[in-house]
Amino acid sequence: MGKVMIPIGPQHPALKEPASFNITLDGEKILDMIVKVGYNHRGIEKACEQRTYIQDIYLLERVCGICSHTHSTCFLQAVEEIAALELPKRAHYLRTIVAELERVHSHLLWLGVAGHEVGFDTLLMYSWRDREIVMDILSMLTGNRVNYAMNTVGGVRRDISPDQIKTILPLVDILEERTKYYIQVASEEVTLIERLSKVGTLSHDDALKLGAAGPTARASGRDIDVRRDDPYAAYADLSFKVITDNHNDVLGRTLVRVGELMESYKMIRQLLKNIPEGPIAVKAPRKIQAGEALSRYEAPRGEDVHYVKANGTDRPERVKVRAPTLANVQAVAAMLKNGYLADIPIVVAAIDPCFSCTDRMMVSMKDANSRKENFIDWKTLRQYSIDWYKQNRGVDMSKIKISKRW
Amino acid sequence: MIYTLFSILVFPGLLFLSIFGVIAEFIDRRLYARFQNRMGPPWFQPVADFIKLLAKEELIPEEADARMFKILPVFAVAAAVTAFLYIPLWNTASLFSFEGDIIVVLYLLTLPTLTFFLAGWYSTSLYAMIGAVRTLTQLFAYEVPLFMGILSPAILADSWSLEAITRFYGEHPWYALFNILGFAVSVIAIQGKLERIPFDIPEAETEVVGGAFTEYSGKFLALFRMAIDIEMVVCAALLAAVFLPFGLELHPVISFVIFIVKLLVIIFIMSLMRSIFARLRIDQMVNFCWKYLAPAALLQILISFILKGILVR
Repeated sequence: MGKVMIPIGPQHPALKEPASFNITLDGEKILDMIVKVGYNHRGIEKACEQRTYIQDIYLLERVCGICSHTHSTCFLQAVEEIAALELPKRAHYLRTIVAELERVHSHLLWLGVAGHEVGFDTLLMYSWRDREIVMDILSMLTGNRVNYAMNTVGGVRRDISPDQIKTILPLVDILEERTKYYIQVASEEVTLIERLSKVGTLSHDDALKLGAAGPTARASGRDIDVRRDDPYAAYADLSFKVITDNHNDVLGRTLVRVGELMESYKMIRQLLKNIPEGPIAVKAPRKIQAGEALSRYEAPRGEDVHYVKANGTDRPERVKVRAPTLANVQAVAAMLKNGYLADIPIVVAAIDPCFSCTDRMMVSMKDANSRKENFIDWKTLRQYSIDWYKQNRGVDMSKIKISKRW
Repeated sequence: MIYTLFSILVFPGLLFLSIFGVIAEFIDRRLYARFQNRMGPPWFQPVADFIKLLAKEELIPEEADARMFKILPVFAVAAAVTAFLYIPLWNTASLFSFEGDIIVVLYLLTLPTLTFFLAGWYSTSLYAMIGAVRTLTQLFAYEVPLFMGILSPAILADSWSLEAITRFYGEHPWYALFNILGFAVSVIAIQGKLERIPFDIPEAETEVVGGAFTEYSGKFLALFRMAIDIEMVVCAALLAAVFLPFGLELHPVISFVIFIVKLLVIIFIMSLMRSIFARLRIDQMVNFCWKYLAPAALLQILISFILKGILVR
């Protein structure tokens, strides 16, 4: 077999979401790779500008199905900063509890997916079974398994009762017990280590240069974590370790994630024990005063950044979301250099990608297979929309001036 | 004549094997599920899958060689069924036997793998072709340890006929204990032949979609799946005949029950292996087979030779 070009995606069993990896192969070796994202662009940022802040919370929660609390909290931190709202301590604690539970459920989910990608389905079945425990806790606390709708401007919507705390603590113990078992599996199972170690190597320098974030960066020895470096919510009150690893490979990323699980259990216990009494929200104005803010949040997949610009109305003027996958997806090509076809699924999965969170750009899909790049630039896109409105809605928008900065 | 036809087509030939293959698939899937803490499918699931596939439309890629595409699944089933006729089941006599039939059985068991390769190759699809090449690469890795593992008991028995081998071990059942290493090597290599975890590299769905069968659908895929089920039973039967040679002189019914139990034990071991390992990469698989499996098989052959000098004189 000579050189062949094989498409992994947009539709492929290894991918849970559409993304395209066009790979040139020489036998089983990877020679070249073209990454394309953008198949899942939903225009959420634009939609945010047309809705009120309250509506935006629920919309942004749906940026990602796994880390939904991440996006709503990150957005609200920015909004609350602009509105100069001082949140009650209990609200911060409740947000942090849900955030850490979300991290637990995300990492357990990832562990299962990683197992499936290397053909270790038993790990998938085990870790997803245990993940049900944390899903139950979340649904008990918030009423939902995903998309918790816990947040509101100025606090949270649901309180936690002492009974619930009593129910949660033993469940966390069970989870901790199971996680210890997974740490043992990840560090002792021979075939699993064969498949994970020395695969998808990303050196410390490359991680720095390519701007990797979260567990991907920490597994390359980068000691970064927003929870410690720039504490938000209740993280300043907590004592926890930032897990780093020097394996630089997929095994390192696995160890960092299972290590973080153990830290999360520690944090959840501290939070539940020390949660202060008091109100869970402050009254927030419907209209937010003009201003802008940038908010950082350590999502399970890495640093999530939201930028919000308010103009004094009840709708934001601009919302910008930078999901952690955008920071990490650049590193995939570097990880796969000189790799094998068989490693592609696990290396891609190891950054815990969420392409629908990431997709922010418009790419013409028409020539996706012909290798001819066909981006629509801003001018063409504007002209296209003017023509479209003229033709379909009978509105002439060509007279509208756009500001210089575009 | 009628008896021979009955043997080939009904019992213990095609019909019995198909039914037993389906049952074996169910047992395997159920065990795999229970190992993974799942419920697993109901008993009729493999039959339902088979009927469903028969009812589905067959799509043949435009660029594929249609005749080869259609005929290969039949070849696979035929080869696997034929191999079964030479294996002694519940007594020391097999249906057909001649000096050297153990080689023929191994050869017939290689044929399905070759049809998998050709099926992938003639599909002219990228995923299928990569799967096909992987099938062939893997074949060269596990085939030698498997042959050496299965032939070492034959060396001790001093015969190339399965019938003579089982008769020999029937007379000296304790000699079977010397072949434990060969048994281990063969069970591991069989995982490669049946393309099961940790050697399911040719059909790793997260890498090459369906492997060599990516383009197959409908009754052709159903036949291929049937061929794999039958192959599993035949492989298990071969291992049972060569390595677990006891209970063959009893009443035929009791011997048959013992034979079924032996098969179930081997299927149990194979399901267990499937659930405790991750899938290896093709280079790791080839490395493992040549570095550890082949030397282990050689050691078994050496043991057989030495024992032959001491015991059988």
